Amino acid sequence: MSNTILDKNLSINSLFGGGVATPKHGYFPRELEDEAIYIMREVAAQFEKPALLFSGGKDSITLVRLAQKAFYPGKIPFPLVHVDTGHNFPETIEFRDWLAKETGAELIVRYVQDSINQGKAKEETGKYASRNVLQTVTLLDAIEEFKFDACIGGARRDEEKARAKERIFSVRDDFGQWDSKRQRPELFDMLNGRIAIGENVRVFPISNWTELDVWNYIKEEKMAIPSIYYSHQRQVIERDGMLWADSEHLNKDADEIPFEATVRFRTVGDMTCTAAVASEAVELDDIIGEILSAEISERGARIDDKRSEAAMEKRKQQGYF
Amino acid sequence: MDILRIATAGSVDDGKSTLIGRLLYETKSITKDKIEALESASKRKGLNFLDLSLLTDGLIAEREQGITIDVANIYFSTPQRKYIIADTPGHFEYTRNMVTGASNTKVSMILIDARNGVLEQTFRHFFIASMLRIPKVIVCVNKMDLVGYSEEKFYAIKADVQAIADKVSFKGQEITFIPMSSLYGQNISIQTTEMPWYAGLPLLAELESTSFDEIKKPARFPVQFVIRPKTEEFHDYRGYAGKIASGSFAVGEEVTVLPTGQTSKIATIEKFGTQLSTAGAKESIVITLETDVDVSRGNMLVKAHNQPNQLKEITARICWMDSQALVSGRTYILQHGINDSKAKIISLNSKIDVVNQDTIENGVSALKLNEIGEITLRTAKPIFADKYEDNPANGAFILIDDQTNSTVGVGFVL
Ligand SMILES: Nc1nc2c(ncn2[C@@H]2O[C@H](COP(=O)(O)OP(=O)(O)OP(=O)(O)O)[C@@H](O)[C@H]2O)c(=O)[nH]1
Ligand SMILES: [Mg+2]
Repeated sequence: MSNTILDKNLSINSLFGGGVATPKHGYFPRELEDEAIYIMREVAAQFEKPALLFSGGKDSITLVRLAQKAFYPGKIPFPLVHVDTGHNFPETIEFRDWLAKETGAELIVRYVQDSINQGKAKEETGKYASRNVLQTVTLLDAIEEFKFDACIGGARRDEEKARAKERIFSVRDDFGQWDSKRQRPELFDMLNGRIAIGENVRVFPISNWTELDVWNYIKEEKMAIPSIYYSHQRQVIERDGMLWADSEHLNKDADEIPFEATVRFRTVGDMTCTAAVASEAVELDDIIGEILSAEISERGARIDDKRSEAAMEKRKQQGYF
Repeated sequence: MDILRIATAGSVDDGKSTLIGRLLYETKSITKDKIEALESASKRKGLNFLDLSLLTDGLIAEREQGITIDVANIYFSTPQRKYIIADTPGHFEYTRNMVTGASNTKVSMILIDARNGVLEQTFRHFFIASMLRIPKVIVCVNKMDLVGYSEEKFYAIKADVQAIADKVSFKGQEITFIPMSSLYGQNISIQTTEMPWYAGLPLLAELESTSFDEIKKPARFPVQFVIRPKTEEFHDYRGYAGKIASGSFAVGEEVTVLPTGQTSKIATIEKFGTQLSTAGAKESIVITLETDVDVSRGNMLVKAHNQPNQLKEITARICWMDSQALVSGRTYILQHGINDSKAKIISLNSKIDVVNQDTIENGVSALKLNEIGEITLRTAKPIFADKYEDNPANGAFILIDDQTNSTVGVGFVL
């Protein structure tokens, strides 16, 4: 009797008789694009002041593309809002400005540094200090300043198991908080964006995309992405089994000596909370190949998620994206 | 690549979350760091095996109570297609979340604990699967390891479920039975070694072989957004953006605009600058018309010879989703697709006892959370709905409480 609960030798190839066939209509399921465009249009129609939260990462770049498609030949009818932590990769900022110009979209930038200067947020200390939690303060202030009633974000349900539970239209209270018990039923494709004054809705058009879907889309659409997603030379340090980009923002111990390595970033957050991976991937196909054979999930490279099993749900309760 | 959307159903602790965890595990969809996290979480709970349900039970409250409360959407792919599985709660209290998870799916996997056989939730969830007209039901008789992989047990349960199906199933609904053990990986992706008497496919192969015939449906295009760039290049451009609900449209075809009844011809069908000659269901497109007619959000483009009714009085089956009961005489907002209207409940006609399949007609004064009944309502504006039975993509609506803004019910036009 094979009563081993988990058989470690199981392989996908034995299940599907080896060899991977090419699907008839490409690797990206087009239905996901249709769904996301539909959601974008619902946002524009149901809300008075929507915004697209732009982080500079591949998911928000994908959102910009979808917004462009949704309203073409019209312009994107809402601004791109970037919360600049001051710890961004310079390549991200450069790309952001280029993309805004290229699409003709309005760009609004708000700075975490300003929130710190105003005494609303307090810089973390120690070697794990990051501004990841602090950016929520700046974001909530921006929402209040511009009276945004809907904020579009690039979160996906495959990223993390609390996110897997969130609706496409996620209603947040005055303080931006997510209450998992108060989620509205979301039936078929009907989206209910009605809210009371002060509330706002976080909208996730690519909820049903996986990391691989995003990369296949970027490839099939021939989209530009920031250079740091591709292999490059960089000064890094090794900490907790991960490679951290060296920068003036990273608090290093005396024995953490930077060295040069060939790396790329799989996910792009702040320099202080995203780890690099050793990689030679110079083309999208290489990146896709790496993801297909990866042993570590995407958020495994997010240092911020390592804090606890419930880290994401707790941050969402505080108004985080 | 196509997508198959699936939902789980069944009573508390039947092993739904474990089954999905197992599917992910066996298809190598879980990365090492997640397995490691699972190992330490299982250890913390004092278990000596991997608790695969922890993969999908993502909320703190769920892990504390060891049950699923809200729907989790889980993804995996095979070389053939992408799967989206909604892992739904089994607890009666969270039936509305189960309906939410099931509403978009083509396959319902109803789990049964082999030790317990058919329970109240089996009736309820089978009923809901049929009410939603989910074309395929896979009855997963789970935990076969706990009944000694007994053939008799499996066939006894199969007969009981078949009896339910005979009452609630609709014509054309496909029903398959699979004996399995989620915990020990029997009949999940690999043919069982413990039940040689079972000649059918394991679950994954059953899913892989699932396909549905394209059924011709009437053409329905709800207009979501009017695109008017007003730039020099597109000075007079007026495009009607939306997602085709059902059927298909082609350039040159004559269309009727609801509610005005004006007609025009399709000049172009566009997708981000690409010109298409035809487009089908679920495609997000922009249609331009040959003549200047008045079209705005909430209107619908249809073909003249096959129009939906313009309803102001609707009789519908309704599943109630709010702790505040539905009462006759109250006004709600009805949202049908992207169109909405005020709606007043004129009568609460009956309530359905899903376990005994009885319709209760006398003395029904309210419909409480998770109850199913039949209502008649009147809308302020006409709604362009088909009967749910004839065209599900254009036959459902939600009710919204205008005081709390919550979605409080889902209706199926009769
Ligand atoms: N022996 C045995 N135990 C199982 C099997 N499948 C699941 N279990 C156990 O049954 C218990 C409940 O499993 P879950 O997967 O959480 O059940 P569920 O159906 O998701 O429960 P809810 O979502 O709360 O309705 C867990 O302790 C599992 O380990 C099986 O095939 N055999
Ligand atoms: Mg469960």
